[in-house]
Amino acid sequence: MAPFLAIFITFVALPAVLGLWMSLHDWDYMFEVRPFVGLENYFNLFDSASAAYQMFWNGMRATAIFTVASVPLLMAVPLALAVLLNRRFAGRTFFRAVFFMPYVLGVAVVGLLFRFALDPNIGIINAGISALGLEGVLNALGISTPIPWITAQPWAWISLVLMTVWWTLGFNTIIYLAGLQDIPRELYDAAKVDGASGWQQFRHVTLPGLRNVILFVVIITTLASANMFGQSVMVTGGGPGDSTRTALMVILGEGLESFRMGSAAAMSYLLAVFLGIVSIINVLLVRGRRRS
Amino acid sequence: MSLTTSAQEVEPDRTPSNRPVRARSLVRTGSFWALLLVLTVVFVGPILWMFLTSLKTNPEATSVPPTILPEQPTTAAYEGLLRLDGSYPVLRWFFNSLLAATLHMLLVLFVASTAAYALARLRFRFRGVFFAVIVSTLFVPGFIFLMPNYLIIDRLGWLDTIWALVVPGAAGAFGVFFLRQFFAMLPDELEEAALIDGANQWQIFTQVALPNAKPALATLAVLSFLTNWNDFIWPIYVLFSPERLTLPAGLRLLQGAYTTDYPVMMAGAFVASVPVLILFIFTQRYVIEGVARSGLKG
Repeated sequence: MAPFLAIFITFVALPAVLGLWMSLHDWDYMFEVRPFVGLENYFNLFDSASAAYQMFWNGMRATAIFTVASVPLLMAVPLALAVLLNRRFAGRTFFRAVFFMPYVLGVAVVGLLFRFALDPNIGIINAGISALGLEGVLNALGISTPIPWITAQPWAWISLVLMTVWWTLGFNTIIYLAGLQDIPRELYDAAKVDGASGWQQFRHVTLPGLRNVILFVVIITTLASANMFGQSVMVTGGGPGDSTRTALMVILGEGLESFRMGSAAAMSYLLAVFLGIVSIINVLLVRGRRRS
Repeated sequence: MSLTTSAQEVEPDRTPSNRPVRARSLVRTGSFWALLLVLTVVFVGPILWMFLTSLKTNPEATSVPPTILPEQPTTAAYEGLLRLDGSYPVLRWFFNSLLAATLHMLLVLFVASTAAYALARLRFRFRGVFFAVIVSTLFVPGFIFLMPNYLIIDRLGWLDTIWALVVPGAAGAFGVFFLRQFFAMLPDELEEAALIDGANQWQIFTQVALPNAKPALATLAVLSFLTNWNDFIWPIYVLFSPERLTLPAGLRLLQGAYTTDYPVMMAGAFVASVPVLILFIFTQRYVIEGVARSGLKG
């Protein structure tokens, strides 16, 4: 117990308190004197005249856009895959591993890979679109080709969200699969006896049976989306403009590049509070559905 | 790749199999496999393509329309990667990553198993409180710790050293939580028998508890290695010297400097992927089990 506690106290418990302490001070890494300023760092984030305001909320907006776009996809697509893989067939374990494989790659590798694949001129994705003759279809829809995947919005967001889905979907799929296997088979038998269709079985047996798993997945996925950092750093560099510069990029820039750590600590606690509120809303939503 | 199925996976077939309409079920089975095939291409294709590109010349890699297979496979990109040595010591980065991930894994196994054993089998004051505090940190977003930990690492004189990579993440709540369940499930009789034989707590831990928890320890070992190997945010901020970087942090530098030589970039990405892909292929059962457990019992 002792070795764990030593590390736990030094790098988990102490930092949690130290961060709060920093956020209440004008804590600049470069200066000896770090005066106590109370809640000023927090007030600054709500004061449109302060230097941090614009940057912080731009980052918060980017993180919110990414979260709102990616979480529903990362909830629904893995659920569909899990239902598909829950059938009994030869090689099921193999396919489970296939869908999980991208997840073991780091964000640096995935970022490099997609930076190349999404390149408007030489990337394989635009090449694939023209090879399949889809350019005419896209042009008819008012989309000009080649598609500027990285350099224009909303394409940059579409790129970042889709690569994240590709990269991380195996994780949620595995959790859903484990949840599906805990639903008693008798429930499906009973539903079939009552003449329930496949969709009705899914709606009335599978979904209720997965309620706690769904709650866990939505909370974990939201937390992960709020941590979005590497994809933007590697693929868009925060651009075009500052549109994909996420909250975490802003916080780390403020704290570890400009060394205004008090302000950066306040930002990270404010983001954490937002996440806490979102998690509570998720819990209430999933709980609420149980009663109806 | 292991294709064995554990008892838990052998589940009754959930598709209505005794429908008389045979043609329809053939179409269904056909489209099922077609869908799986397409999905496999989508998920493995990009990884394969990364490797194929690394075997091409730069003109071929950037040609329009692109080739799938390299026309004249060449290892020039890998040689190029090594030639960057000096300002971009890729081999050093590789060994830095390997050493950090291995040391981190060993440290996690040690601290998590001793803590989990204490929490599961020993009686002491505030045991429940300790456990509750540790588990509650599972739901605190990690970015809260980045800046304070940077200061603590600085105070310890660990900035720009391997210790910054190895130690701070070692007291993660997941490992303790995960192993505690295994130790708690150990039958009391095993412990009693050992006590009668005159074993002390440490001997019970090392000779009874640990050998029985081997699958759980293997899972935790693989997961902690993967996490540490792929870590991106922390190394780019706590390491400065080019020769001390890890591979992910190094790839970021390469990305900035060599955006035009795609085979070299893909070779770098592939070198960073090979160890984790190999590790995953041989241990995917443990990885997937560990992930599944984290969701179910959370």
